Amino acid sequence: MAVKIALAGNPNCGKTTLFNALTGSHQFVGNWPGVTIEKKEGKLKGYSDVTITDLPGIYSLSPYTPEEVVARTYLLQERPDAILNLVDGTNMERNLYLTTQLMELGIPVVVAVNMMDIVEKRGDQIQIHELGRRLGCEVVEISALKEKGIGKAAAKVVEVARKKEASVLFPVFPEEIEQSIRQTQAHLGDAVPEEQRRFYAVKLLEKDEKIAEQIGKAADLCAEITTLEELYDDDVESIFANERYGYIASVMQACYRKGSRENITLSDRIDGVVTNRWLALPIFAVVMFLVYYISVTTVGTWATDWVNDGLFGESWSLAGLAQVPGIPAAMESGLAAIGCADWLAGLILDGIVAGVGAVLGFVPQMLVLFLFLAFLESCGYMARVAFIMDRLFRRFGLSGKSFIPMLIGTGCGVPGIMASRTIENDRDRKMTIIATTFIPCGAKLPIIALIAGALFQGAWWVSPSAYFAGIAAIVCSGILLKKTRMFAGEPAPFVMELPAYHLPTAAAVLRSMWERGWSFIKKAGTVILLSTIIIWFTTYFGWVDGQFRMLEEMEINHSILALIGNTFAWLFLPLGFGDWKSAVAVITGLVAKENVVGTFGILFGFAQVAEDGAEYWGTLAENMTAVSAYSFLIFNLLCAPCFAAMGAIRREMNHRGWFWFAIGYQSLLAYVTSLCIYQIGTWVMTGVFGIGTLAAFLLLIGFGYLLLRPYPEARPLRGRKRRGRKALAIR
Amino acid sequence: MRSLKEIGCGQTVTVKRLTGEGPVKRRIMDMGITKGVSVYVRRVAPLGDPVEVMVRGYELSLRKADAEMIEVESYEEV
Repeated sequence: MAVKIALAGNPNCGKTTLFNALTGSHQFVGNWPGVTIEKKEGKLKGYSDVTITDLPGIYSLSPYTPEEVVARTYLLQERPDAILNLVDGTNMERNLYLTTQLMELGIPVVVAVNMMDIVEKRGDQIQIHELGRRLGCEVVEISALKEKGIGKAAAKVVEVARKKEASVLFPVFPEEIEQSIRQTQAHLGDAVPEEQRRFYAVKLLEKDEKIAEQIGKAADLCAEITTLEELYDDDVESIFANERYGYIASVMQACYRKGSRENITLSDRIDGVVTNRWLALPIFAVVMFLVYYISVTTVGTWATDWVNDGLFGESWSLAGLAQVPGIPAAMESGLAAIGCADWLAGLILDGIVAGVGAVLGFVPQMLVLFLFLAFLESCGYMARVAFIMDRLFRRFGLSGKSFIPMLIGTGCGVPGIMASRTIENDRDRKMTIIATTFIPCGAKLPIIALIAGALFQGAWWVSPSAYFAGIAAIVCSGILLKKTRMFAGEPAPFVMELPAYHLPTAAAVLRSMWERGWSFIKKAGTVILLSTIIIWFTTYFGWVDGQFRMLEEMEINHSILALIGNTFAWLFLPLGFGDWKSAVAVITGLVAKENVVGTFGILFGFAQVAEDGAEYWGTLAENMTAVSAYSFLIFNLLCAPCFAAMGAIRREMNHRGWFWFAIGYQSLLAYVTSLCIYQIGTWVMTGVFGIGTLAAFLLLIGFGYLLLRPYPEARPLRGRKRRGRKALAIR
Repeated sequence: MRSLKEIGCGQTVTVKRLTGEGPVKRRIMDMGITKGVSVYVRRVAPLGDPVEVMVRGYELSLRKADAEMIEVESYEEV
């Protein structure tokens, strides 16, 4: 018979390590329905019929965070046959708090006390048998990191799951509370299965709105709640939390012996330096510099350049011994040798191979970055980053951890977006994903150089102003989005554990690196490949003298792309660059931002141009004014990023709607900003105040309003609470 | 009555009660800051906020704005 087991535990208790040890490589990664939280399932090693589901790391089964809701919905509705509850032995009190709630679900629970090696090293003692007796469930000692006791834990949980006997001992509250629970259970009647009745009763007494909604016709609990609240002179949620911790304290007293060794642990000592008031910021700067220097400036770029210019370029040298032709070159000669049709060779080389190359080109750099991030996360430093940077970033609605994606984003937005994975809070993560690509990345530098050189005689301020515009866009977007309905509401609590430092194993770090890298290749890859092929087709095909055929490189003005450019050029008219050439450059910029420079080159009749397009600076200066060029620059910096970055956004949002929202928001912001720059700039330069100028000012006022209006945050919270109370009263 | 926000580094206090309501309060309680527990204020972040406290044997960081919800008294007052 197939057996389902849920793995539950606090964050940082070693759950991922245990899950990997239990399942080996038999894992399926998916998503929990309706949220962007990763769902992992796997087959238990040695038991072909046992599936383990890794629940998100949670501290409680409260209704407030998406992780908690996902976990309890799964436990209540999917009804796994048993729960394997992982508990950090070095942090038992808080970890058992979740256990007390899991035991009420009417599902058999096996508690695995993790990190026993550290507990022993500290000289502490846990009386496992007494703990099991008190909790009324099986308890095993393990060390996930050292792979000790894992087989026993697995065997135990499978045995319990097959027996299907739920724990009958749950934390027993004082008699007054038990009485209320019994009454609520009686009210519930057959609305919920018998074994779940206690859980529902407790949640209803805690005024859990999500459960109340689910039950629908709940009994009138006001009397019970008021009695309890008056008796304890506290609100019900506090009463239950207090009593749970009280119960845990009594269990701990009976089962936990603290060693005689007074421990100022290594972790405390590290923190004394790393989060020290004076040293924290310099150390943070050094760590960030190292991450950036190695993964963006040096090793990562070497690897990426090798893939782009060697493996997917002309040729690469094999340990200095021989020149090996790159994949496109090799395929080109191969295709020529078999006499392949031009269009097919074009599709394969310029479409597919170039597309695959674009995807794979990012992979080495990303793997280097992910290696760092995995290390920083699992050793515990990432939590300190949030601690150190929180004050700065929360002012504009972002998390302290948003710093890392944005820093990486100055090199390349794709790994930058992928780095947002370290942000737990869903809303902060989405905002970071949307804002990261506003920072000019390496590929946008040639556009800046082009515009600065062609129209501003290489003025020093153009490049800093581009970065300034990027930072301003991030800050404004943070504030503006935070005030919209989508991102407002319950504020994300920053009540965060600072886990003890520990050295992660190489295997765990490499595994995390590979998982993220692979998910980029799979999910982002399809988007990138598809769009590269579409752009290739529209660039190289078109009508010449009424005949549809494949085009030469210099015939781009006959291409479908040029047609599209012509059709949509008017859209850019209010921004000052309504000619089809600019429109085409914007579109090819979506493949890779540096293409803007090359495309202009081809359109102006240069087959090959320097990176900053110096050959046609004069021509461009004739085609644009300073204001329209600057508007063009800002538009390209802020609008939808390249396809690779879009693929990354698609992967990280993991939701079609959110993906389109991100792209739409970025493009809209770019459009409005460029429009204001062009219209107001033109008015300042020429003194002509037209309809466009008026529109620009109106947009500016609207933008200012969105930015300065008050936060709607405080209201929904209290409003909801009151509504909840009333709803209960009516029932 | 003082709130945890006003407690300087290096002091240990006892939690008297939590004011306010909603998710943040629940989260604070879920993390182990409940009536009667002793809290040691370890340090303040370099930019002055948040604070790091030691509670129930582990390190927890919370913002000063949230720490204001926690009413405490120092050991001497008990």
